[in-house]
Amino acid sequence: MARQATRRSPRRATSLVTPGEGSTKRSASAAAVRRIKGKGWLRGYLKGHFQALFLSLGRVSRHPLSSLMTIAVIGIALALPAGLHVALKNVQGVSAGWEDAVQISLFLNRGVDEKEASRLVEQLRAMSTIDEVVHVTPQQALGEFRQYSGFGEALEVLDENPLPNVLLVRPTRAASEPLMVEPLLHELRSLPLVEMAQLDMEWLKRLYAIMAIGERGVFVLAALLALAVLLIVGNTIRLAIQNRRDEIEVQKLIGATNAFIQRPFLYSGLWHGVLGAVMAWLLVTLSLWLLHGPVQQLSRLYNSSFSLGSLEPLAMLVLVVVGGLLGLLGAWLAVGRHLRDIEPT
Amino acid sequence: MIHFENVGKRYAEGGEALSGINLQLDAGQMAFLTGHSGAGKSTMLKLIGLIERASYGQVIINGKNFSKLGRRHIPYVRRDIGIIFQNHKLLNDRTVFDNVALPLVIAGQPHRDIQRRVRASLDKVGLLDKERSLPLSLSGGEQQRVGIARAVVNKPPLLVADEPTGNLDPALSAEIMQLFAEFNQVGVTVLIASHDIDLITRMGKRVLVLEKGRLLDDERNDGALQ
Repeated sequence: MARQATRRSPRRATSLVTPGEGSTKRSASAAAVRRIKGKGWLRGYLKGHFQALFLSLGRVSRHPLSSLMTIAVIGIALALPAGLHVALKNVQGVSAGWEDAVQISLFLNRGVDEKEASRLVEQLRAMSTIDEVVHVTPQQALGEFRQYSGFGEALEVLDENPLPNVLLVRPTRAASEPLMVEPLLHELRSLPLVEMAQLDMEWLKRLYAIMAIGERGVFVLAALLALAVLLIVGNTIRLAIQNRRDEIEVQKLIGATNAFIQRPFLYSGLWHGVLGAVMAWLLVTLSLWLLHGPVQQLSRLYNSSFSLGSLEPLAMLVLVVVGGLLGLLGAWLAVGRHLRDIEPT
Repeated sequence: MIHFENVGKRYAEGGEALSGINLQLDAGQMAFLTGHSGAGKSTMLKLIGLIERASYGQVIINGKNFSKLGRRHIPYVRRDIGIIFQNHKLLNDRTVFDNVALPLVIAGQPHRDIQRRVRASLDKVGLLDKERSLPLSLSGGEQQRVGIARAVVNKPPLLVADEPTGNLDPALSAEIMQLFAEFNQVGVTVLIASHDIDLITRMGKRVLVLEKGRLLDDERNDGALQ
């Protein structure tokens, strides 16, 4: 009898909880399931991930306050390097305009009259390395000086115009490179009519050096804060695992694989990272919006049309991807450490 | 279905919980495991559920030798064993339906099948009208039946229960035991640990008696023979 039961058991067990259905139909459909199982593997795998994706989002949204706090902390951590990146980009944007405006001022000898100066202008304009030459006559220079310096009345005392003819030389873009501009400067300096040739680029070089330090600083800060995000997410996931200890135990007892159990936690880390990145973007945008007015005012004072640039789309994408990866990695580290410890007893 | 060959279990804290157990339970059989507290009933069920490993000897369940089983394979082996716990081990923040569906979700069953099979399983234990309830709103007996529905929903060939009637009154206990007998009648192998001697003798099945870690008595009064 026991032997008979053995033989019959699988079929009978199948019909156990499906009283309304014929067993032949069932076994046929079971065979069909087995046949498509090979192809369906990927679908099943994706379905599992899809479920975990939404399950984890549901968990994040079920505790809005604590989730929001974690996301805010991640957001602030990511907003710092993102904000500094935007600031640097803006400084680079401003100074890029200056790089184009490399200009050599040629102060001509005192004795040179305007005719000679004009001939020199023609001569310089013919040079392939020079883009444009502007001739500032002593009268024009005096007028400008009177207008802008506030010493106009003092000038009335002078018998004659003390200012020389000045030629403002703008080299071509190719000749503006630091290596190219030095020989040009020498060449111009050695012209007989020229008393002095001046290229004031030192401060620009210093500015670039400072910006290079800034860039490196942002990089170091970003690395440190990335580590902070890892720890924040790792800790959040660790707490989540501890809160769900009983659930994990039950799942293991009824045959859940580690992959199945850890999936929602990994996605939870991913969500925290991505939402933290979105939060960072919001914070940066808000800060820029707050700075917009004062910057506009300052730029008006400098007669500049400069306006504050925001986070460009590519940087935004990078921010979200990096945030997501950091979240995933943090969760992965926490899951690897803590999930293994939970075994049913 | 269940085969123990000179199986022993020692704990680091000292003492041998099980020693020299030999047991053969064929597929389709139903048996009770009884004995005083601390006799080793729980330890034996833990060995079957792969919650613990034997210190020596061979445990072979459903044709799989557990002493040679890698860690990675444990989840898949557990899916073929329906375990029912005294304290139910239900997820209290999920509905009855979700609790029963869990083994099918874990096994990656299609959504449609899950609906159908969970309902069928709940119908079998008489809780179809409670599928939207939370476990804590149910009585002890109902919670136990949810646990049973979860254990049988993916149709395992072996059911193992640890004191399933431990907290229930006699009438409910008899009802639960009757449920196990019904599963056994359709070919499922059933092993139940219980110290409710009255109930066990009334069921008229094979009874295994443990005492101080040894299998004392093996009454082969298989009900099917009568």
